[in-house]
Amino acid sequence: MSEGIDEADRPQVLEGAGTDLFSKFDPLIELRRSLLATGQEDPFSLVMERVLSPTVAVCNGRETILLGTYNYMGMTFDPDVIEAGKQALEDYGAGTTGSRVLNGTYAGHKAVEQALIEFYAMDHAMVFSTGYQANLGIISTIAGKGDYIVLDIDSHASIWDGCKLGDAEVVPFKHNDIEAMEKRLKRIPEGAGKLVILEGVYSMLGDIAPLKEMVRVAKENGAMVLVDEAHSMGFIGENGRGVAEDQGCLDDVDFVIGTFSKSVGTVGGFCVSNHPKFEILRLVCRPYVFTASLPPSVVATAATSIRKLMHGSNKRAHLWDNSKVLHQGLRDAGFTLGTAEPQSAIIAVIMPDLERGAAMWEALLKEGLYVNLARPPATPANMTLLRCSLCAEHTAEQVQTIIGMFGCAGAKVGIIG
Amino acid sequence: MNREETAAKIAVLIAPFNKKGVAITDATTFAGDLEFDSLTVMDFVAEIEDAFDIIISMNAQAEIETYGQLVDAVVKMQG
Repeated sequence: MSEGIDEADRPQVLEGAGTDLFSKFDPLIELRRSLLATGQEDPFSLVMERVLSPTVAVCNGRETILLGTYNYMGMTFDPDVIEAGKQALEDYGAGTTGSRVLNGTYAGHKAVEQALIEFYAMDHAMVFSTGYQANLGIISTIAGKGDYIVLDIDSHASIWDGCKLGDAEVVPFKHNDIEAMEKRLKRIPEGAGKLVILEGVYSMLGDIAPLKEMVRVAKENGAMVLVDEAHSMGFIGENGRGVAEDQGCLDDVDFVIGTFSKSVGTVGGFCVSNHPKFEILRLVCRPYVFTASLPPSVVATAATSIRKLMHGSNKRAHLWDNSKVLHQGLRDAGFTLGTAEPQSAIIAVIMPDLERGAAMWEALLKEGLYVNLARPPATPANMTLLRCSLCAEHTAEQVQTIIGMFGCAGAKVGIIG
Repeated sequence: MNREETAAKIAVLIAPFNKKGVAITDATTFAGDLEFDSLTVMDFVAEIEDAFDIIISMNAQAEIETYGQLVDAVVKMQG
């Protein structure tokens, strides 16, 4: 293990440097310094030196099972996906060097939008350069000054940033609380535009939303509904369209936001919709217009992957099995989990505090297992979490190995008895 | 509801959130004096919203730093 990896981005605190624009980061710099001073391996500067498969990589010199990626369907190394990317790289070059509305729309961009239209059985699809930009762009463009956005308090950062960029009145409600949402909708002044923003799977605890009921209440109160299905695409729902499909309310959702950087296995973001005026967004959505479009190889891999995900029901069934077995195994080992039952491919293990969470993260890494360490402010209720996200390519044997590693590491760190 | 009545109602609502028993005046700040974190703010705002049947959007919350400013805002929002 090279020391450089652990030290690479450890911030240097200059004594007596005085006050400047960076002073606001001092508490975080100090938190990191005190954590790393104990000899703790830095959870936020891990380098994957080699990636052997969707589920195994060499991290900091160790062969490691990956349980903290969003590669739910294991598409990153799919031979057809890779071949499509290579071909597009040969045929169209490394990048587009331009905006979607100028010189940056190639045949591949239209092809991946067509694949999304077919995947979701919707009329329109608009592809962004990242999932973050999809939320930023759609939310800020459709909800502007004087409009009201009613959203779940546990929404992803990209949703909050989209709200801020658009200048609408932002009204959060308690996580998954249908009554709290309804009360706020009813208090909005008459005539104001209303947008309700929900997520299918909330990525911190891996819990799902009661979308059927929430979408119904939103519609009854005259709101448009946007659902972020980033963590459910390809996996949840009969056709992998997400939690709204699974709960039978996809037809009432006005906008579905998704990403290529999870089940699809590459990078990019999108919005699909049946709204008759949807296409105008291409001209007025700034995070769509004022950035370069995705490279041809990326849209080619995405289109191939999306079309394969349409026929992924066997993989979906295996991923559900993995999720159920890991949830049961960790619960039996004595860990506290984010949900009473497995609701998605994410299983969150709740840590008593950041210090022990970081120690557990490092102990797992030394066992040969990578999970995500999530800490405030990204987490709800200031929790420290070890977030496990499963892959359809994890074998049943690997899942058992993972449970064993958790048991060993948990006992070492004193999280379980 | 006038300012006095509104203030009296808010005083009752804030009591359970004032864990350190800080003596509250119009100049008391939520972040500094009362040490409200973002979760406490959310719960407290929800209580006020429900009690007065109003919306205090995040945008409005950004303008409210002190207890006195909150009372003034709630008086104004009730119309």
